[in-house]
Amino acid sequence: MLNTRKQVELQPERFDFSGKGEIYSFTVVQEPPAGFEDQSPYVLGLVKLDEGRLVTAQITDIDENGIAIGDRVEMVTRRLTAEGERGVIIYGYKFRKVLPREDS
Amino acid sequence: MMREVSIIGIGQTPVGEHWETDLRSLGIGAIRAAMEDGGIKQVDALYIGSAYGATVSSQSQIGPLIADYAGLRGVESFTIEAGDASGGAALRTGYLAVASGAVDTAVVLGVEKSTDTVGADRIAARSVSLDADYESVHGATLPALAALLMRRYMFEYGVELSAFENFSINAHANGAKNPNAMYHNLLKPGGFARAPMIADPVTLFDGAPDADGAAAVILTSREGAGNFPVKPVHIIASAAATDTLTLHDRGDLLDFEAVRLSVDKSLAQAGISRTDLDLFELHDAFTIISTLTLESAGFAVRGEGWRAAADQEISLTATLPLSTFGGLKSRGNPVGATGVYQAVEAALQLRGEAGGNQVPDAHTAMIQNMGGLGSTVITHILKS
Repeated sequence: MLNTRKQVELQPERFDFSGKGEIYSFTVVQEPPAGFEDQSPYVLGLVKLDEGRLVTAQITDIDENGIAIGDRVEMVTRRLTAEGERGVIIYGYKFRKVLPREDS
Repeated sequence: MMREVSIIGIGQTPVGEHWETDLRSLGIGAIRAAMEDGGIKQVDALYIGSAYGATVSSQSQIGPLIADYAGLRGVESFTIEAGDASGGAALRTGYLAVASGAVDTAVVLGVEKSTDTVGADRIAARSVSLDADYESVHGATLPALAALLMRRYMFEYGVELSAFENFSINAHANGAKNPNAMYHNLLKPGGFARAPMIADPVTLFDGAPDADGAAAVILTSREGAGNFPVKPVHIIASAAATDTLTLHDRGDLLDFEAVRLSVDKSLAQAGISRTDLDLFELHDAFTIISTLTLESAGFAVRGEGWRAAADQEISLTATLPLSTFGGLKSRGNPVGATGVYQAVEAALQLRGEAGGNQVPDAHTAMIQNMGGLGSTVITHILKS
């Protein structure tokens, strides 16, 4: 018989990343989707985390000429976009370049 | 025991920005053209590929809507959605229905009105085929993800941007001769890398344009195909596969695993090898997709898929003709209809009715429709 009271596990495993990694690939988005017009042009990247996984995120606090594959980056919390007419702000992760003196 | 399936009627509307007409009119037009082509009065089912009916066109239940207006009231009909691969998914659905014996004769329709929104709203509408929680929320777009692939490819293999340009030049050379193509202009060598950037290194001359359009094919069993007036085109293989929805979840970014899986399955089902193919309608939404498709499908070794274009091996008279009616790049990309346009164009080639776009002695064609950057891949092989 089906046990309808059994809890379904929605987050089966949790893993904490260090938030550090390097640029694996990147682009400059010149034609943004709705909700991102005020940020355009912005840098979107694939970041290879030190733990081995890739993640898609914006690269912030930088202009498009100051970035290359292999650059060290770290995660920061930023406003991603605002949603709907009431402008509910969605926060999330972006990455920024690690300055050489900080990457020790 | 599965039955063999044949195409006994084809129809298409011109691809473009059809602001003067609506979704149902486009669909009706393609169905009527296909039924007229095949001399067919009635069918048992209507399967519809459409990616943005419910969003851009604010219309779900396109099945009963178009069945009714096309004079097919009462038949089984519903929409199949698989992003840009919706048309290929509808073709596979129709194929399975007829092959199983559940349905004798079916229309497969691809229909899309994607240009009723413009600018940032259209880009947001197109981005619903990405991972909403891990890609779109960061401002990712289809061209941006193609750019991430392309930059990594250029970095790993030391390839210049101009190396990709002949994919676009070839598509426009063929599209210029296709009366149903969206673009009829030729691209000059050297212009590709200097065109305005959409998402560096993806330029305006790299990505396929969003478009409106509808195309239809009529399917029946191979043994029944002889009762109809048109020379049948046989579907000798149908195979679909998936990869991760996101790029970042892939173990090997520069390998389209779903391309390899569906191509290998389709060749095995057809019992043929790659060299038996006379043309390949691949999903050339971006030149990096064409490049990685040729590599993952086994037509080129890793890092050298671009050479097929650069070495002029993809024209109508070359080793493996690509985008023979302009492909997505020049015919245009009417999103959920694209996979059915590919079937119509391949059927024209195999019937010897391709006019100025005819591939000489074309007997066997592969068509491949893709959702996202290789997430859904649906491959069919057609034979005259």
